[in-house]
Order: sequence, then structure tokens, then C-alpha cells
Amino acid sequence: MSGDRLSYKWDSTLETVDNAEQTASRVATDSGFAEDEVMQISMAVREATVNAVLHGNAYDPEKKVELEFERTDQDLVITIRDQGKGLDEKKIPDPLAPENLLKTSGRGIFLIRSFMDDVKISTSQTGTEVKLIKHVHGETAGGKEASQ
Amino acid sequence: MNLKISTRQVDGVNIVDCNGRITLGEGSVVLRDQIKDLLAKGQKKILLNLGDVNYIDSSGIGELVSAYTTVRNQGGELKLLNLTKKVHDLLQITKLYTVFDVKDDEATAIKAFS
Repeated sequence: MSGDRLSYKWDSTLETVDNAEQTASRVATDSGFAEDEVMQISMAVREATVNAVLHGNAYDPEKKVELEFERTDQDLVITIRDQGKGLDEKKIPDPLAPENLLKTSGRGIFLIRSFMDDVKISTSQTGTEVKLIKHVHGETAGGKEASQ
Repeated sequence: MNLKISTRQVDGVNIVDCNGRITLGEGSVVLRDQIKDLLAKGQKKILLNLGDVNYIDSSGIGELVSAYTTVRNQGGELKLLNLTKKVHDLLQITKLYTVFDVKDDEATAIKAFS
């Protein structure tokens, strides 16, 4: 899908979370990423969409989640936007700190950053935009390990 | 595929065979209810067989942590059995692999319960 852009606007529901994951898996596969990387990309998109639906839009039926998939020559870029109050990443505790290991939540952003090559989060009073970037290497896509 | 669960008992240990995905929503609720049900019956030795679980999201990880602490707080033991590579890798990067008692052989796991 080099040069292509796919855009979606979905309701703030759990079905949207599943749709986002499945769409990411399909796009990543079509972009030539290996199976492990497809899983990483689709999980990062799932986690970002969970944040948008639950923490951003808080299941508000009036608020939508927007997803964009864009394949450039160098990258697969996925953007997830919500219409919530905004995310303050500094307020999210480090999930790897010993005192937080047994917490039952707070690992989403950490997993997203672990799985993607670059993550840009911009937030305002009208919502949060999360941009997920995975680099493409050569004829077939590669992951972080391949780029190091 | 949503999570399907069946339970069996071997030498006093309750083995919970999980099949499918443990994710936000139904998958997490099914697991939570099963743990709650076992504890309500006084069954506090629980072995979660995750051999057929090929996908867990952060909510699912949270559910495993919740199950572990809930069982432990009631004086019981919860161990994990047969992690798939994906689940193993997730527990590694979240530093939870050393928190859970993880086994890859059912007989050994059963003997490990006190």
C-alpha cells in the first residue's frame, strides 16, 4: 500500500478496538512486515485504541475515534485520535518500577513504546493524537532489531 | 476467538485450561469469574494452563496480575503453565515473568504446590 492512506472514523466501543487491531494486522501484513512485527503493530494499535475509547472518549457515543494508516517508502505510520480531555503521559507511573509491578493497569503506553520504532503523543483540550511509526527496511519490512 | 475455559482437578490442584484470547472485555471477565468461583468454593491451589492462549493485551496482563494477587491474598497459590512464546515474551518485557511462578510441565507444576 506504498503511498496509500486509509482513514476510519469509528464509535467509542469495544468493537472499534477489535476492528482497529484487525485492520492494523491486515495493513501490516500487506506492507510486508514479518509475523512477529505484525503482532507488535496490531497490539500497539489495539492498546492505543483502548486508550482512546476508554480513557479518552470514555465510551461517549457522541465522541469518535479516528484511525489513519499511511505507508510511505520508509515507514508505516498509524495515527489514532480521540476527542477526550487529553492524556498527560507524565502522570502514568512507570509499570516496571518494583512498586508498580503488581498493578493491574498502566502498561498500555509502555507496550506501545516497546513495540513501535517511534511514538509521538500530542494532546490538547480537544483530544489526544497518538502517532505510531514502524520503519520499513528493504523489500521486506523489519523491526527494531534489524535497524540497530 | 474469545476465551474458553474448562477446569479439572488433579491431586487437589485446580487446573484451569484456557483457550483463546485474554483481552479487554469478555476474555478478562471470563477468567476473573472463574477465579472468583474457585475461591468461593475454597479452592485455593490454581494452575492456569495458558498453552492455548496466543494473545493477551495489557488488560489481560492486568487480569493475570489481579488473579495472582487475589488468590495470594486469600492464602492460596496461583501458578502459570505452558506459556506460548507471545505470552512469555510479554511477561518478560513487563518484568512479570519473575513475579509469576511459571512452569512448562503439568506434573512438575502440580508437585510444586505446597
